[in-house]
Amino acid sequence: MTAVTAPAAPRGASRPRPTVPVPLGRLAGVELRKIFDTRSGLWLAVSVAVVAVGSAALLVALESPESFSYQFFVHSIDYPVHLLMPMLGVLAVTSEWSQRGALTTFALVPRRGRVLAAKALPLAGVAVATMLLTFACGVVATLVGAATGGVDAVWDMSLDEHLRMLAFSLLSMAVGFVVGVVLRSSPAALVAYLLFVLVVPSLSSALAASLDWYRDAGPWVELTSAQYELYGDVMTAEQWAQLGTASLLWLVLPFVLGVRRLLRVEIR
Amino acid sequence: MITITSLTKRYGPFTAVDEVSFTAAAGRVTGFLGPNGAGKSTTLRVLAGLAAPTSGSATVLGARYADLPNPGLEVGVLLDASAQHGGRTGRETLVLAQRTMGLPAARVDESLELVGLTPAEARRRVRDYSLGMRQRLGIATALLGDPRVLVLDEPANGLDPAGIRWMRDLLRTFADDGGTVLLSSHLLAEIEMIADDIVMIGSGRVVAQGTKDELLRGAGTLVRADDVVAAGAALAAAGHQVTPSGDAVLTDADPATAGRVMFAAGLPVTELRASDGAGLEDMFLELTAATARDASSPATPAMTGAAA
Repeated sequence: MTAVTAPAAPRGASRPRPTVPVPLGRLAGVELRKIFDTRSGLWLAVSVAVVAVGSAALLVALESPESFSYQFFVHSIDYPVHLLMPMLGVLAVTSEWSQRGALTTFALVPRRGRVLAAKALPLAGVAVATMLLTFACGVVATLVGAATGGVDAVWDMSLDEHLRMLAFSLLSMAVGFVVGVVLRSSPAALVAYLLFVLVVPSLSSALAASLDWYRDAGPWVELTSAQYELYGDVMTAEQWAQLGTASLLWLVLPFVLGVRRLLRVEIR
Repeated sequence: MITITSLTKRYGPFTAVDEVSFTAAAGRVTGFLGPNGAGKSTTLRVLAGLAAPTSGSATVLGARYADLPNPGLEVGVLLDASAQHGGRTGRETLVLAQRTMGLPAARVDESLELVGLTPAEARRRVRDYSLGMRQRLGIATALLGDPRVLVLDEPANGLDPAGIRWMRDLLRTFADDGGTVLLSSHLLAEIEMIADDIVMIGSGRVVAQGTKDELLRGAGTLVRADDVVAAGAALAAAGHQVTPSGDAVLTDADPATAGRVMFAAGLPVTELRASDGAGLEDMFLELTAATARDASSPATPAMTGAAA
């Protein structure tokens, strides 16, 4: 039996109590680390890089040199790369729930909105870095392709096109992030993400082929196709507006509803 | 210091926590005891700001947990040792917490040493940890910020006897240093070993609370006799309450009275003493039986699926 003595001073009473909330920048640094510090995260990131470099090499080796151009390489490399990359955004959110780290994460930072913002920041950085990697692979492929194929290096992308590709990358990451926020489960969110970017566009074009009214409405509501308009040489005001409405419907609206839910849901 | 005031948490029609009030004082280890599904974890989740109460409040060091600017530096929380990302190493898990709280990197190794995880173990992935190792890692995370308050849900689960002893000493030192410890358990023996104060909860309600000494002290008399049935009958005939307890009976009569009843009945008594804590144990067993799957009194349907 332990004798109970009243302590002279409560533990830590001499220390000043913390008054400064965990700064967002520091938290974003922690969340950046969390993207890559698991085997799944690391391998996914490595796969993105390998796919970028690998598809550049394959294109140079297998495609006919007449089709070589910087834009050709960037667009071709970009498709598989930006199919994979947003999964990092999905997992950044869902792994908290599927691996149940949320219990520690939100106990250390009860302001859930702040945690979410801290997750979004490094993901935006990853989206930009991925696009820069794609550009770099495109440059190398163009130079190597010109040398080995005996053709002139063709540089056919304007600054405007580069910026639109960056926007494309950020939007792709946003899709992954929003799917994660809404579903909060890794398997469900990964399946939903793949359905959304692979199956929904084909469904949409099948619908457009058979339904007259949808042929006109589709571009305004189907995000993936609207997003690929960013690939074009130029983009009309109407295409920007379609990208806007589709994003509103598939990104902003689910995000708002998902965040509202996430801020309230019981963490267990 | 932890204060829970009239805390209620409902899930639809099911009330998981019902008007629970208690305090956990600085310098004391408070044991939160109750069978699985009694509402312990739900109470602790509300306390740590992970669930919103339906009504009532929970405060730590005078503030709502969610209002603490950097809670890890004031309150160490371990709600579920298995809720850690299996793909990270033990060390990485601590590094993330250390960076979140803004602590010097050296704290990670100090904490690992404090909970007895070797550098080799810390390099392994949490997926490959035993439950006992996860408990140690969780406690290391909770202690990382050198907090004044510890909130631990079933921290002894998965620990071997030496581990339980280690944790008892750790929590004792923490409390003697003026810290507040609130730990839950579904095992009376565990709580008896570690806690100074006990709050017992069943079906979401507090059924008993006080210091361990108060609660364990003489809740009646234990009478052991060659013929226990006759002994019980004699006590009942004399107007006392009788509860069979194995090969003995418990009665609310004091030892002197019980002895006289036995003498008058001509029954040889083999043991006669104030029952130590049998009252608490009985109450606890009753609670457990009421919720246990194989109990004769079936659990209420609402009980299933309740937060453990």
